[in-house]
Amino acid sequence: MGSVATAPHNTAGHAHHAEHHHEESFVSKYVFSHDHKMISKQFLITAIIMACVAVMMSVFFRLQLAWPGEGFAITNFFLGDKWAPNGVLDPNMYLGLITIHGTIMVFFVLTGGLSGTFSNLLIPLQVGARDMASGFLNMLSYWFFFVSSVLMLASLYVEGGPASAGWTVYPPLSALPQSIPGSGTGMTLWLVSMALFIASALLGGLNYVVTVLNLRTKGMKMTRMPLTIWAFFVTAVLGILSFPVLLSAALLLLLDRSLGTSFYLSEIHVAGEALDHTGGSPILFQHLFWFLGHPEVYIVLLPALGITSEVIATNSRKPIFGYRAMIGSILAIGFLSFIVWGHHMFITGMNPFLGSVFVFTTLLIAIPSAVKVFNYITTLWRGNLVLSPAMLFSIGLVATFIAGGLTGIILADSALDINVHDTYFVVAHFHIVMGMSAIFGMFAGIYHWFPKMYGKMMNTRLGFAHFWLTFVSAFGVFFPMHFIGLAGAPRRYYSYSEFPMFDGVVDLNVLVTVFAVIGALAQVLFLYNFFYSIFRGPKAVQNPWRGNTLEWTTPVAHMHGNWPGPIPTVHRWPYDYSKPGKAEDFVLQTEPLAEDEHEEHG
Amino acid sequence: MTKLLIILVLVLALLAIAQLARVYELTSRLRGKREEDISPADTRMNANLMYIFLVVYFAFFAWLAWAYKDKMLPVAASEHGVALDELLNFNWLILIIVFIITNVALFWFAGKYAFKEGRKAYYYAHNNKLELVWTVVPALFLAVIIIFGLRVWNDITTPASAEALKVELYAKQFDWTARYPGADGALGATDFRLINDGNPLGIVTRESVAMRLGELKAEIDAMDSTMHHGILPDVKVNELEARIAKLERTSARIVNLRTMMEQDIAEKGEASPYTHGADDVVIKEFHLPLRMEADIMVRSRDVIHSAYLPHMRAQMNAVPGMTTRIKMTPTISTDSMRTVTKNEAFDFILLCNKICGASHYNMQMPLVVESPADYKAWYAEAMKKPFQPSALPLAPAPAVSDSTVVAADTTAAMKVDTTATASLKN
Ligand code: HEM
Ligand SMILES: [Cu+2]
Ligand SMILES: [Cu+2]
Repeated sequence: MGSVATAPHNTAGHAHHAEHHHEESFVSKYVFSHDHKMISKQFLITAIIMACVAVMMSVFFRLQLAWPGEGFAITNFFLGDKWAPNGVLDPNMYLGLITIHGTIMVFFVLTGGLSGTFSNLLIPLQVGARDMASGFLNMLSYWFFFVSSVLMLASLYVEGGPASAGWTVYPPLSALPQSIPGSGTGMTLWLVSMALFIASALLGGLNYVVTVLNLRTKGMKMTRMPLTIWAFFVTAVLGILSFPVLLSAALLLLLDRSLGTSFYLSEIHVAGEALDHTGGSPILFQHLFWFLGHPEVYIVLLPALGITSEVIATNSRKPIFGYRAMIGSILAIGFLSFIVWGHHMFITGMNPFLGSVFVFTTLLIAIPSAVKVFNYITTLWRGNLVLSPAMLFSIGLVATFIAGGLTGIILADSALDINVHDTYFVVAHFHIVMGMSAIFGMFAGIYHWFPKMYGKMMNTRLGFAHFWLTFVSAFGVFFPMHFIGLAGAPRRYYSYSEFPMFDGVVDLNVLVTVFAVIGALAQVLFLYNFFYSIFRGPKAVQNPWRGNTLEWTTPVAHMHGNWPGPIPTVHRWPYDYSKPGKAEDFVLQTEPLAEDEHEEHG
Repeated sequence: MTKLLIILVLVLALLAIAQLARVYELTSRLRGKREEDISPADTRMNANLMYIFLVVYFAFFAWLAWAYKDKMLPVAASEHGVALDELLNFNWLILIIVFIITNVALFWFAGKYAFKEGRKAYYYAHNNKLELVWTVVPALFLAVIIIFGLRVWNDITTPASAEALKVELYAKQFDWTARYPGADGALGATDFRLINDGNPLGIVTRESVAMRLGELKAEIDAMDSTMHHGILPDVKVNELEARIAKLERTSARIVNLRTMMEQDIAEKGEASPYTHGADDVVIKEFHLPLRMEADIMVRSRDVIHSAYLPHMRAQMNAVPGMTTRIKMTPTISTDSMRTVTKNEAFDFILLCNKICGASHYNMQMPLVVESPADYKAWYAEAMKKPFQPSALPLAPAPAVSDSTVVAADTTAAMKVDTTATASLKN
């Protein structure tokens, strides 16, 4: 369905290159395409649809949080009488919605959607390859993603409702249908869907890694790669190393659920009955889950940071400041992200010394993150900033990365985490640092590379309105949540009315919901702009943003193999913007170094 | 209805903006302007919005901090809580300074250096000294944060002293139960297979073991006779057989437990945890004496819960199959806190902070902190009703899909309250 929606792209270009290539059938061009550019668009459209679903869900549960127990026609309209009698959200469905919302946002939008779209589009184009290493595996990667998306959505309709143990699906809650109805068929579908998703991520990731390592064009040394490619590359490595661990965690959970094994279960008495399981540990699951789960937040974040690096440099008309330091910090973050997972488990009763080690490693990550922020800011300094929508979203990303990164320091401090763990403070933190940053990076990428994807331009003024509305609502939604959390309000609560102690902050919930609704509506502007521009947008020129990188040397009309002639050779790093002595304020990577010109490399 | 109207207005506003942008696009196309050429007016607008955003952002922060200052958690009511709050404030101090500096730089530069025709950007690719500075300076600040943080963490997590008051908090869907030791000052051992209505915590005593075995036997016998006296469809027979097999397995395990218990008692006598359960107090109330260290054991019957005492700045997961611990010393009594907060109805609250099912949002128990004398009086009263295992048949399992489980559960809770059953573990 995603692929069909993308069908009517640049027909003029198609006619043009049809002269050199055998005519393709509709199916092989738009459905089972092996072409990285088409696959990238398939990922993007699918992710946009999934994002719409997840945002709708957040509106339903935000309405419940702002006006608990009140009925809403819209909730009833979408969820029906079973899950929203008289428009009042059912408590089990509340948990189901937050679970599927979180799962979709983290995995389907910001992992599949972000990496799938931009790694696919940009890796071959920016390293100078004719396509991915394996077009076939790449196609499989999309179709696994597609089927897993369909299964995840289908799980909303099963008896008992979708998985409702939170996106972290901690057993025993996720293992025992007796404990929550969503842990029946809904949970099984969740696990199967995630297994397919992981297969998709692995196929994609292997392809990205191999392509970056083997298919770089002549002259494209690793130290001449754009930071986007560095980010996608490290992201893919993280995925390859961590997703299999989640897969094994999910398989063991499936075994506990269906075959009566006891990996995660021990001494449980539920629904009036002692279970046979003994000897397992629910904590084991948490270790496995977060061994993926923490790298996962960087899998979500790094591509966004890579996109931002590229967009900020191009639109500042300046080299990215500290190119080597930026690569170093990507690598450092990637490595460290594997040894910090315990910071999610400080209050599980873990050995306090082990906790101290995780405090140390986690706070280490703050150093490369800080370096990135300072380097972005220095890149803006004395630039000549083209405030395009992509640039605005990139600046927005830096702002959310600062705000979320700082609260991360509180959460990383095990002692301080005791009192804020699992409160709204955490919800505020991860939405800002991971959710908003990554979404902003994704928007920046879409606005910036839309001309490359569709050969058309998006409307900039709608882009401005979209940015400012989204940016303001993002803070309107997530900033007050810090205060709700500091008042002690736990997350994953259906309602706060049972606790007089939260009466003081419940009015903030109304404020948050109002901003959430405005923010959700603002996305209509984006959807309109995006789809309208695909069909009717003004035609793009070859290099609209006057960028240096190789993708801007390809023809506007898509063609197999990307370059009509030989693949261009690379002669310099990608950030020669406003280089003294050059006539233009940009120098394509394909331009040879002039006589006694010094090559810069940050 | 007003809400629907608001939404309608918002939709119309958005459509209006979209239309305006279209009109603009058409006119600029007529003038031969391209999308990527951002007009000086637009650049100025965005640059100004950057400045405005910076101000509004800080103002919003300041307003929230000011307007909700008194709505945050009141002063910490435990010894470590005070240290924790100090640590938090110290961290905020550093973080807010960094927050202000970086945001001012970001938005100020974003506005100040907005595109101007003819200006050339400064080609500035790197500066090793500068980069070293902003690697080392954050590292130093983080070192300080780590050192202070771990000091407090170590204080909080060292085991409680041997004289500390021992209490157990027991979580299940969707309520809390407390257990206090009897005159022997020690909590008895527990086993989840002994759990029934009369012994909600599964405390192991000779009596509770015998009763549970009897109960299981009666259940098995009843099923046996159903099987032999009725003409049942095959499915039903298979079901019953499976059920009997399961109960027999459970009985066998309990018999093992009995053997272990007897051995342990024979070896250790009074020191055996199996001898400590009979006088335990199982109760739906949670009291702690002021200024006395409490060693709280946290356990769960079914799924993971989390014992969160926000006013005490204490939290610990309750994990089935494991015992976790909270160490704390309350420093403010409930009464004093009522005065401090000027709220006659104030209570310290224990709430569940790990998603655990439909009624997760309402799994709470008040904590009463009182003077040692009051506590002693309360405890003496409670001790009169020690745990009494009984062979009450288990109430039928609540239907899980039923979101009104809470209601059913509170009745069970009240029953325990009045019978004050006892139990035990390690
Ligand atoms: C449209 C804007 C969004 C709103 C209004 C929103 C709101 C919320 C709220 C209120 C919760 C429930 C918190 C709780 O009770 O624990 C939640 C959960 C969550 N959200 Fe969002 N969110 C939005 C976008 C996102 C994005 C972009 C992400 C991507 C990272 C995301 C990821 C999550 C996750 C991982 C959870 C946790 C689910 C769980 O507790 O299992 N959300 N969201
Ligand atoms: Cu983490
Ligand atoms: Cu609970």
